[in-house]
Amino acid sequence: MNGGKQYIDLYRESREIIMQHSASLMNAVRDEAFDCFERMGFPSRKVERYKYTDVEKAFAPDYGLNLTRMDIPVNPQDVFKCDVPNLSTQLFFMENDAFYKGNQRSALSEDGVIITSLKEAADKYPDIVGKYYSKLADVASDSITALNTAFAQDGLFVYVPRNVQLKRPVQIVNILRSGVDMMVNRRVLIVLEEGADATFLFCDHAMDNVHFLTTQVIEVFVADNAHADIYELEETHTKCKRFSNLYIKTGGYCTVSHNNITLFNGLTRNTTDVILDGEYSELTLNGCVVADKKQYVDNNTLIDHRKPNCTSNELYKYVVDESAVGAFAGRILVQKDAQHTVSQETNANLCVTKEARVYTQPMLEIYADDVKCAHGSTIGLLDESALFYMQQRGISADEARMLLKFAFVGQVIEQVKLEPLRDRLQRLVEKRFRGELNKCIGCAICK
Amino acid sequence: MSESNEFVRKVAEEKYKFGFTTDIHTEIIDKGLNEDVIRTISSKKGEPEWLLEFRLEAYRYWLTQKQPEWGHLKMPDIDYQAISYYADPTKKKKDSGNKEIDPELMKTFDKLGIPLEERLALSGTAVDAVMDSVSVKTTFKERLAEKNIIFCSISEAVREYPELVRAYLGSVVPYRDNYFAALNSAVFSDGSFVYIPKNTRCPMELSTYFRINARNTGQFERTLIVCDEGSYVSYLEGCTAPMRDENQLHAAIVEIVVMDNAEVKYSTVQNWYPGDADGKGGVLNLVTKRGHLRGVNSKLSWTQVETGSAITWKYPSCVLTGDNSQAEFYSVAVTNNYQQADTGTKMIHIGKNTRSTIISKGISAGRSQNSYRGLVKVSANADGARNYSSCDSLLLGSLCGAHTFPYMDVHNNTATVEHEATTSKISEEQLFYCNQRGISTEEAVGLIVNGYAKDVINKLPMEFAVEAQKLLSVSLEGTVG
Repeated sequence: MNGGKQYIDLYRESREIIMQHSASLMNAVRDEAFDCFERMGFPSRKVERYKYTDVEKAFAPDYGLNLTRMDIPVNPQDVFKCDVPNLSTQLFFMENDAFYKGNQRSALSEDGVIITSLKEAADKYPDIVGKYYSKLADVASDSITALNTAFAQDGLFVYVPRNVQLKRPVQIVNILRSGVDMMVNRRVLIVLEEGADATFLFCDHAMDNVHFLTTQVIEVFVADNAHADIYELEETHTKCKRFSNLYIKTGGYCTVSHNNITLFNGLTRNTTDVILDGEYSELTLNGCVVADKKQYVDNNTLIDHRKPNCTSNELYKYVVDESAVGAFAGRILVQKDAQHTVSQETNANLCVTKEARVYTQPMLEIYADDVKCAHGSTIGLLDESALFYMQQRGISADEARMLLKFAFVGQVIEQVKLEPLRDRLQRLVEKRFRGELNKCIGCAICK
Repeated sequence: MSESNEFVRKVAEEKYKFGFTTDIHTEIIDKGLNEDVIRTISSKKGEPEWLLEFRLEAYRYWLTQKQPEWGHLKMPDIDYQAISYYADPTKKKKDSGNKEIDPELMKTFDKLGIPLEERLALSGTAVDAVMDSVSVKTTFKERLAEKNIIFCSISEAVREYPELVRAYLGSVVPYRDNYFAALNSAVFSDGSFVYIPKNTRCPMELSTYFRINARNTGQFERTLIVCDEGSYVSYLEGCTAPMRDENQLHAAIVEIVVMDNAEVKYSTVQNWYPGDADGKGGVLNLVTKRGHLRGVNSKLSWTQVETGSAITWKYPSCVLTGDNSQAEFYSVAVTNNYQQADTGTKMIHIGKNTRSTIISKGISAGRSQNSYRGLVKVSANADGARNYSSCDSLLLGSLCGAHTFPYMDVHNNTATVEHEATTSKISEEQLFYCNQRGISTEEAVGLIVNGYAKDVINKLPMEFAVEAQKLLSVSLEGTVG
């Protein structure tokens, strides 16, 4: 077992307090999750899936936890900067792991759509939450998930009933707010019933100049014929560490897409596990990472093709500058009966400086014979001849380099389906490359 | 479908051609592994003190280690105490003191297509024939000696050229490298030693033929190739084993040192006994092969055709230290029935402007599992490093698996690393096209597979290429799924 002693002690000491401030449905799985965590400890770097991230080190410092659910004064509207021009969204704020009390919810009730605090939902809709909570995120196989399940007290719950199509995207702004170094264990549960259709946009921000450690487990259930688009945008600061485990399970004839964009962070580890458990479903996993300074981004994905005739496309692009480290491991698993699977995985990396490091590991594991699977991976530098061509035409070297980097990640952003969001992301990425983002309003450190 | 099923059955019944045993008097030491066994092996070979010390150190290190489990393999338990670590088929019954090789042994190698009499041998290939733990004969030694090339068994090299062996043994694969390397370093028996002096082009292909014959033994050969400045050598390795119900262990080490402007080509056609159609028996092929490109502009190329063994677990690797050095890895791995392979390569770029190419073709049939695992590492000083990898897998049959696990670690921004992989089955269109033109499905599959593996087979020396092609069609015949 590796480390984790302080968390084991903490759980033993504060088990009662944690339970007291949470819902009984969430408490029901807590002890089992804790047992799993105690048994496994933090994964060492010898564990294949955590080869590139030193988890124990990230969890070693002393962080405060808001176990008694004290209110933290915040007016999210003051700091709201995730407005997407020309896109009207249903906006919800999460402060740390809690559903912001000032969120407007009234407009949603009509179609039976529920978007609310997970803790509240667990008490109010025990049938639905009980059916899905912690059913996909396996506490026995991942210690971050186990830790999160043991400590999570609240989070977000979204339920879209049968054949309901949400006209406006649901935008969730996660705000990290604290006066002291803080650990946040956030939990999200999203359930889409048959034929439902919804788009989610998660934005991560940190408001204070302290160290944040976030663990997040998102479970997404997509029933037959349903449609889900999920966008995650991380724009925090260098003192933030994020461990996010996303689990998606689809039925048949689904279309699911996930876009994971890391623009600014400290250390990020995203685990994305998707199970295609119905025929003729289509999955798109896209990711884009822009990292410099000493940023660390590790994306680990698994696409599990369990049923025949599914299609999956995966594209991750990294621009790694200065002393940053980018890691990508993508595994495509085609089970024995998943014939006629079509799967394509691409990972491309730009390594800008000598100090930057890139690790990539695209994996195919195939047990069915009638499949078309391919993966490609490249690591390289900017094309000298393209740079030269642009300079010949009067574009400065810096500008040319910027344009090429922009075009490089542009391939991922182009796949964003909502046009206003795509424009917004394009502007954000451009700003990021110009170095404006890290010293603008968003960053608590530069303020 | 029924036609193809018949096919599958036919292939499953296809007998392993080299599965015969030779009834020959073989001196086998008692089963088990301990320091005394190592001392016995060492004294039987008349080794100097330093080598015994090397073996014992390796053995002590091995004791502290656990057998690794990270491979994508289902390994049977290996009882290291149930193996005899030394078997000598050349040992005569007492009082037949002449130096002649037992005719039975000669016949065995004849049967394997490796004639040991020079007049019968393929011109242009010198052979070192190794059965069980001992080198039987090395041909064309005199002709090579004219050019000061040393080609002999490693035991002989230890006696005749101790300084040379001592300088290079364990310098590429130290005994601490891995579990099986430690085991091999402790108990290694015969293998070949090649030394090509400066500015010499080896006039013929050098080749070692390995044969496991005795029951309940393992083969732990050790090969060391040193190619000095400005020289060139092409080296071939072939291997077979009789059909036995129990697994046989083969844990070898191959070390290659390439100096300035030198070039080494290393080709393997591995055809150890793969076990029967139910996965019973077969050789466990757990080998550490590594080349060290020490000199500038040096070149090393590994070509392997892997059709045999119940389990193949090996990664012939290259450490590119010399500036402008070049490494290549070409591999065809075929698995059928219950065979398992987890193979690939490691390319460690250290010098500037180093280049490496990896072409790997996996073919799985029956209930086999075939994995490619490879690492491309570019260290911080390897400016201008370039790698291209391409791994393709072909699936024949719905019960087999094909997997790709490439690792790329890049610590330098001037490096360009590319990897691509595809997995698919033989396209219906191609088969249909062939059928239309009167080519039976079986032949069509053979044609397509051979075309698929051509990139690699073309890299083999002529005689081997022909053999490899035949081997490929035998291994796969009738696997149309």
